[in-house]
Amino acid sequence: MAKLILLLLNWIFLCCNVAAVFEDQVGKFDWRQQYVGKVRFSHFDSHMQSSKKVLLASESNVFAALNTRTGELFWRHVDKTGPEGNIDALLQHGQDAVLVIGNGHLLRSWDIGVGGMNWEMVLDPGSFRSACLVGHQGAVKHLAVLKKTVISLHYLSNGHQKWVENLPESETVDFQAVYSGGNGEVYALGVVPNSHLAIVVYSLEDGEITKQVSVEAPWLSSIPASCSVISRGLLTCVDSTTMSLYTLDLHLQLEMTQIPLQTLGLDVDPGFRPSLVSHQPNPAHPPLSEFLLQLGPEHHLLLQHNDGQIVTLRDYKPALLASFATAGEKTVVAVMAPKNKTACSINLFSAETGRRLLETTLIFTVDPNGGKPEKLHVQAFLKKDDSVGYRVMVQTEDHTLTFIQQPGRVMWTREEALSDVVTMEMVDLPLTGAQAELEGEFGKKADGLMSMVMKRLSSQLIMLQAWIAHLWKLFYDARKPRSQVKNDVSIENLSRDEFNLQKMMVLVTASGKLFGIDSKTGDILWKHYLENIPLNAAFKLMVQRTTAHFPHPPQCTLLIKDKDTGLATLHVFNPIFGRRSQVTPPALPQPILQSLLLPLMDQDYAKVLLLVDDQYKVSAFPSTKNVLQQLQETASSIFFYLADSGQGRLSGYRLRTDLSTEQVWEVVIPTETQKIVSIKGKRSNEHVHSQGRVMGDRSVLYKYLNPNLLAVVTESTDLHQERSFIGILLIDGVTGRIIHEAVQRKARGPVHVVHSENWVVYEYWSTKSRRNEFSVIELYEGMDLYNSTVFSSLDRPHAPQVLQQSYIFPSSISTMEATLTEKGITSRHLLVGLPSGGILSLPKMFLDPRRPEVISEQSREENLIPYAPELIIRTEWFINYNQTVSRVRGIYTAPSGLESTCLVVAYGLDIYHTRVYPSKQFDVLKDDYDYMLISSVLFALFFATMISKRLAEVKLLNRAWR
Amino acid sequence: KMARDLSFRVAVLFSFLFFGFINFVCCNNERRVGDALETDFSGLSVPLEHSFELDDTAKFVVRGTLLLKTGREPSVALSQNPLSEEDRVKLKEVAEVDGLYRIRVPRVSLQADRQTEWQVDGYLTAFVRACAMVESHLSDVITLHTDVSGYLIGVSIVTIPGACRGTKVEDEVDLEVFNTTLSIMAPVNAPGPETSLFLERMEQETEKKGKNPQEQKSFFAKYWMYIVPLVLFLMMSGAQDQSGGGASGRAAAA
Repeated sequence: MAKLILLLLNWIFLCCNVAAVFEDQVGKFDWRQQYVGKVRFSHFDSHMQSSKKVLLASESNVFAALNTRTGELFWRHVDKTGPEGNIDALLQHGQDAVLVIGNGHLLRSWDIGVGGMNWEMVLDPGSFRSACLVGHQGAVKHLAVLKKTVISLHYLSNGHQKWVENLPESETVDFQAVYSGGNGEVYALGVVPNSHLAIVVYSLEDGEITKQVSVEAPWLSSIPASCSVISRGLLTCVDSTTMSLYTLDLHLQLEMTQIPLQTLGLDVDPGFRPSLVSHQPNPAHPPLSEFLLQLGPEHHLLLQHNDGQIVTLRDYKPALLASFATAGEKTVVAVMAPKNKTACSINLFSAETGRRLLETTLIFTVDPNGGKPEKLHVQAFLKKDDSVGYRVMVQTEDHTLTFIQQPGRVMWTREEALSDVVTMEMVDLPLTGAQAELEGEFGKKADGLMSMVMKRLSSQLIMLQAWIAHLWKLFYDARKPRSQVKNDVSIENLSRDEFNLQKMMVLVTASGKLFGIDSKTGDILWKHYLENIPLNAAFKLMVQRTTAHFPHPPQCTLLIKDKDTGLATLHVFNPIFGRRSQVTPPALPQPILQSLLLPLMDQDYAKVLLLVDDQYKVSAFPSTKNVLQQLQETASSIFFYLADSGQGRLSGYRLRTDLSTEQVWEVVIPTETQKIVSIKGKRSNEHVHSQGRVMGDRSVLYKYLNPNLLAVVTESTDLHQERSFIGILLIDGVTGRIIHEAVQRKARGPVHVVHSENWVVYEYWSTKSRRNEFSVIELYEGMDLYNSTVFSSLDRPHAPQVLQQSYIFPSSISTMEATLTEKGITSRHLLVGLPSGGILSLPKMFLDPRRPEVISEQSREENLIPYAPELIIRTEWFINYNQTVSRVRGIYTAPSGLESTCLVVAYGLDIYHTRVYPSKQFDVLKDDYDYMLISSVLFALFFATMISKRLAEVKLLNRAWR
Repeated sequence: KMARDLSFRVAVLFSFLFFGFINFVCCNNERRVGDALETDFSGLSVPLEHSFELDDTAKFVVRGTLLLKTGREPSVALSQNPLSEEDRVKLKEVAEVDGLYRIRVPRVSLQADRQTEWQVDGYLTAFVRACAMVESHLSDVITLHTDVSGYLIGVSIVTIPGACRGTKVEDEVDLEVFNTTLSIMAPVNAPGPETSLFLERMEQETEKKGKNPQEQKSFFAKYWMYIVPLVLFLMMSGAQDQSGGGASGRAAAA
């Protein structure tokens, strides 16, 4: 019987928590965007005339094919992160694309048509140097892979090794390049830096060394950086110190021929390292005898090797980028030249003659909020009249791909920077004009009764006007078929909806590009590229002023900090339009240790940002007189903490009236045994609705709601599975008082922590049981509240009761966050990002240390679920159904205007946005709510009462007559 | 559960011990240490320092001596001097300007093998508002926290009552003697998932089921009286449909 009840209980809980989507709701409230990452290699599929594919291999270890018409993904393969999945080379031939992965660990061949894998080979260990396709007698059947000590040849059809040979003298010679010109020989080129060049020639058939020479080259240090093979095996190098070109015929010569650049009438820009680009359209044939030489940032040359002579075919100056492309038998050079500040022009030139092809100009408009063009990927094709047409894919510094067709029509753009979102915020959209008008009226100061009445009347009139216009639009739209009604979203007509469900997502990416995305549709509404962002920058985004303070524009501040030097800069902008704000941020000459956003506001309703530098001096932004005065008044109640994980030191400071600080507490965790890995406070915009929990016997257990509480997680330095542990410290950030200290023995990181309300949930790896476990800590004040009106860390002498319970979780996790709603009435869920790409909405009810081991009447009264050691993943808890989110790195939650609804954004390689309803939509009528039925029933009842009343009257009359 | 009980019991035990010490501390402010207790606390003695200045600069002076018993079950005792006349006046003055009362202890390890040599490599500090100290008549609760290896990592001080209500303490005698509750806290072991208990419970349930023959009956055996009429009814209605043909079927649907 007990089990039946248990089952029933479980079933009821399940019913309460089912949050699945109906089929017709797919994509209605959610959207997903998939990205590739910064492109490292790209190939246009040219083996078919009508092909519309471009292959991309990215620095995020992603290999994908895009549709060149729309920019959408055909297919995508996401490999491991880190050096293990690093894509070293991409070689394409016909229908096959071969990738070298993980520093020469794996060789994989893909069918580019469907994106399926043909074969995979594990290569011998050794660090990867170079790879090339090897053709012979017009057919390409092999592929050569050069590693530090060995060279191997593989069949393109199945990946099997044809032969593998050790490289001679590989201890001294650094082999860097491999080349094949389609004549049955494979050349391995190595260098002894600043001494000589080593060339080893292998026979294609059996891998026998047919020739081995070494050539004096004291100026050479790196082959890929300065050399290239052109024509029939002519190694050509450029050197900036001697200002010369060097050529060497790999078949005949034993010495390099020096051709000073001056004899060609050329000059290298000072401080520029020149580079050479050759082009081999077909691996079965030798490369072209033409090559590109870059002599300066804006100086390119097309040169030709002709009978032992180097001749200049064309001098491109100024030219930002130049690139070869082949269509059929014709090879062209596409050159991008700056036209004016906002545009570049791209032209095609015949590679053979250097002549400009007519009617091939294409205009590329440079986005003023984007980066400079960095790479040019050209897709050339033959038109019907046998002339060459082309499209280009321009890659800019901000990782954007723009695909352009003649004469400059942008077919699509992809913002690949969004594959690496670092931090984000959601900002309310501004009110509509009419609403703003009304708000503005209240904001203004009163000046007489009459004028106020007039103002009120005029604003009411404006609202009426707006309402009529709205009605008219509704009526007009209703007559049109639904498909034609378009919801054009642009920055100008953005306004808050009734329930504040549509918001502006402000995303900060690692490349330093900021985006403003409409949360309803996922459209990018603005973008802004910040130049000169250090590589290891840390970002912190803060909303200083929300949209609630019309007519003051909303204001966001981005703190960009160089992790090495600690030096920081501030970027202040309007989150709705993305424009840099008028306010000039203060210059920060000192390294910044900590930043904190105070609830204090200046006279313009901007929250005060305090920045603490390494001298423990505090500067405020904005730093108006008003702010400084407020700071002086409240200084004694402003506390902050600093954490130095290197020394294990946590210290608390108090602000003084002269904006200096004094240290008030210090906690030191010895670094010999453990190190601090994360510190989590609570979110400042979190509301807790109920101060306590009603127990089974109708008494109240009060929650310990300390807004200053910090959860500090430490990991042991000893990683032995018996001795490793993780520590959880709950510290009051104001007084430094250690509220609770616990160790989870035989556990290891990575630890994911969520800290909210009166609970901390963390997830770790149990080394003893080899599984992932969740643990929850809840803090309670007890049966009576110390001071129910206000919480002060300085006046809470009794330590809270601490309850803790742990559970087994059947999967590892990538990230974790808790849902957040407007008033905190809705029950909480944990949103768990799994490595499988699912986002699980786990009810907090299951992570409750008060779950009883033995069911009693009281616990049943309280709706506690009986304790079960395992948390089960139910498929209906996945909020993103089949929309996998690859490599989730973070989940952001924001409250909406509806108490039941929480907005969720999961970001990683992909971006996914949806809404969740942790307690179902208790404040919303369903989509398919039958207004018709309810109103017809009402009307029917109304008429029925009318008729029956009449009938009753008639009956009464008749009876009276009788 | 067991572990929690145990730790709770240990905590209770400690608190009893400490209550003993408070009394002892209160009675023996002149460092007259009892003989029996002296042997118990043959561990480490480190100074407990305090500072209260009008300009809130830290000028620490010795308030008392902490006797730390090292080893597996660390414990602590405190002997301290009463506040001097001068200090009492200063403390009251500091309380009036809402200054801070700070304490600090040196970072030491309570491990047995390190007890002989402790060198100062920093201090752990904490504070309360001086007014709270005055209004509580020097009744403070000091807690020392150690990490897993017995190193002191933090100190905390609270007063009971903790609030500053602005009540004047007229009697100077109230500010003479510290009424300190002292404890030392090691980290508690966080519980892991309790599988054994759960499995036990499951086993018990299956056993119970096995004992009770009524529960062993199959689903069909238990509910045949409901199922048979239902099946019969369905069969009957199906037969009618077939005999009645399409028209009646449509009628039924309507």
